[in-house]
Amino acid sequence: MPNTQQLNDLTIQVRRDILRMVHKVNSGHPGGSLGCAEFMVAMYNSIMDRKPGFDMDGIGKDLFFLSNGHISPVFYSVLARVGYFPVEELSTFRLINSRLQGHPTTHEGLPGVRIASGSLGQGMSVALGAAQAKKLNGDNHLVYSLHGDGELQEGQNWEAIMYASAKKVDNIIATVDLNGQQIDGATDDVLPMGSIKAKFEAFGWIVLEIEEGNDIDAILNGMAEAKSKTGQGKPVCVLLKTIMGHGVDFMMYTHAWHGKAPNDEQLAIGLAQNPETLGDY
Amino acid sequence: MKTYTYTEKKDTRSGFGAGLAELGRTNPNVVALCADLVGSLKMEKFIEENPERFFQIGIAEANMMGIAAGLTIGGKIPFTGTFANFSTGRVYDQIRQSIAYSGKNVKICASHAGLTLGEDGATHQILEDIGLMKMLPGMTVINPCDYNQTKAATIAIADHEGPVYLRFGRPSVPIFTPADQTFEIGKAIKLTEGTDVTIVATGHLVWEALEASKILFEKGISAEVINIHTIKPLDETAILESVSKTGCIVTAEEHNILGGLGESVARVLALHNPTPQEFVGTNDTFGESGTPAQLMDKYELNSTAIVSKAELVIKRK
Repeated sequence: MPNTQQLNDLTIQVRRDILRMVHKVNSGHPGGSLGCAEFMVAMYNSIMDRKPGFDMDGIGKDLFFLSNGHISPVFYSVLARVGYFPVEELSTFRLINSRLQGHPTTHEGLPGVRIASGSLGQGMSVALGAAQAKKLNGDNHLVYSLHGDGELQEGQNWEAIMYASAKKVDNIIATVDLNGQQIDGATDDVLPMGSIKAKFEAFGWIVLEIEEGNDIDAILNGMAEAKSKTGQGKPVCVLLKTIMGHGVDFMMYTHAWHGKAPNDEQLAIGLAQNPETLGDY
Repeated sequence: MKTYTYTEKKDTRSGFGAGLAELGRTNPNVVALCADLVGSLKMEKFIEENPERFFQIGIAEANMMGIAAGLTIGGKIPFTGTFANFSTGRVYDQIRQSIAYSGKNVKICASHAGLTLGEDGATHQILEDIGLMKMLPGMTVINPCDYNQTKAATIAIADHEGPVYLRFGRPSVPIFTPADQTFEIGKAIKLTEGTDVTIVATGHLVWEALEASKILFEKGISAEVINIHTIKPLDETAILESVSKTGCIVTAEEHNILGGLGESVARVLALHNPTPQEFVGTNDTFGESGTPAQLMDKYELNSTAIVSKAELVIKRK
């Protein structure tokens, strides 16, 4: 199991990957990707019980579903950095004939991806189906999912949230990236959602909060606690408080970098703030 | 001329229920989902025999499509059940992204399609579902004609890897196909041999096409009736072979002529053998309340309409 320093080093490298990927094609979503870098690194290196190789059914493994598919840069970078496909392939992000589509898809056969996402609000339902398949198969591994907070404005989520507790789907940990930002501004300005914690609790979920969602140790501790809450007849929700654009100072505390790529100069500044650790692709 | 008779009428949705029950006994990977319409979809037998493999989703069709996609991850073969309207238009993006684009092995089973849903009216009578589904890359679209064929189709699609849209209906209709038939996806069935006009029909209109062929025969017109139960992939060879003999064609479906079977046939003919064609179907309109029989008469989806279109198309040769 890698230590905190190793995970932090990997996070910095993932940030570099994200910046370089979106810069090269002048498109993509760096803000949410950077905000979830620590979480995704921790998930794939420490939290999930993974096995070598990739098969769609994933029996005997923990599964992960990315519902907010626009943060594909961090997903692709982490998948590559843990060995699902060569890191060199990150250079093909969003290019014609690439397996690294703008939003993740199974269509091109990229290892590590089990569902297409991008059109928001669909991932929790899919994760619930996969969790129920695990129960039918007698597979006691867990299903994880990640959702944006703005994404919760899509109604299908609430169908799924209601269903999960009603059907006692207790082998799922759904994490909400609570960065408070969406394309048009702060979530509190675009469509205030009130207390997401209270809403999940009212729907019968166990809810945990990770206050420092960009701190590796806080994530590891919080997710370990979340794991300990599974199997108790209730679904588990983690509210991960992150800073959009984390690790690149001018991208932080704003929605401006939700879906905008840095120019040459901005890239240089961002990379200087994140010196190479494990080698660029 | 070969003629068809029947001794019994049954609803095609009961054929689905019977097929699903049989799959419950023969295929342990088959699971079923329903959005609060178990009785309407005739799913009770499967549920009674396999309670652990049934998922009552509640009135939440979007969630149902997503859960179905997820259940395939782990090797399950999910059959979703609700009305055709709520199986397609209501959840188009969920089907598009989580099922079709993701290549998931989900069987979308849709009852109460078309006008024959009857008294509930246009909110529930979808006449656009074939078009919606056939446009999705990789989606197979099937509309069987009677109880026996719907049962056989239900069983057959479990062995087909990939998403399928299976469309059936509410009213009792004549059972005229064999109980022991093997259902072959994408393979048209020639019901009568004819030389003057080809009639290609799907779903409830197949029986009407057979009735039309009897009337035409009495008028001295030899009609070749083809049952197109699979709209996608379409049996292009069967259509082209038939029109090469008859020189004209009528298509018949309980669906909008915009986006339906008729347009798929027209495309094949335009590419390979431009042929006069007439369309029996609803014409860019919603339905309304009424009995199924009244509606099929008012919207001219019956044997009389097929006869008049056949006479018209023959004149255009």
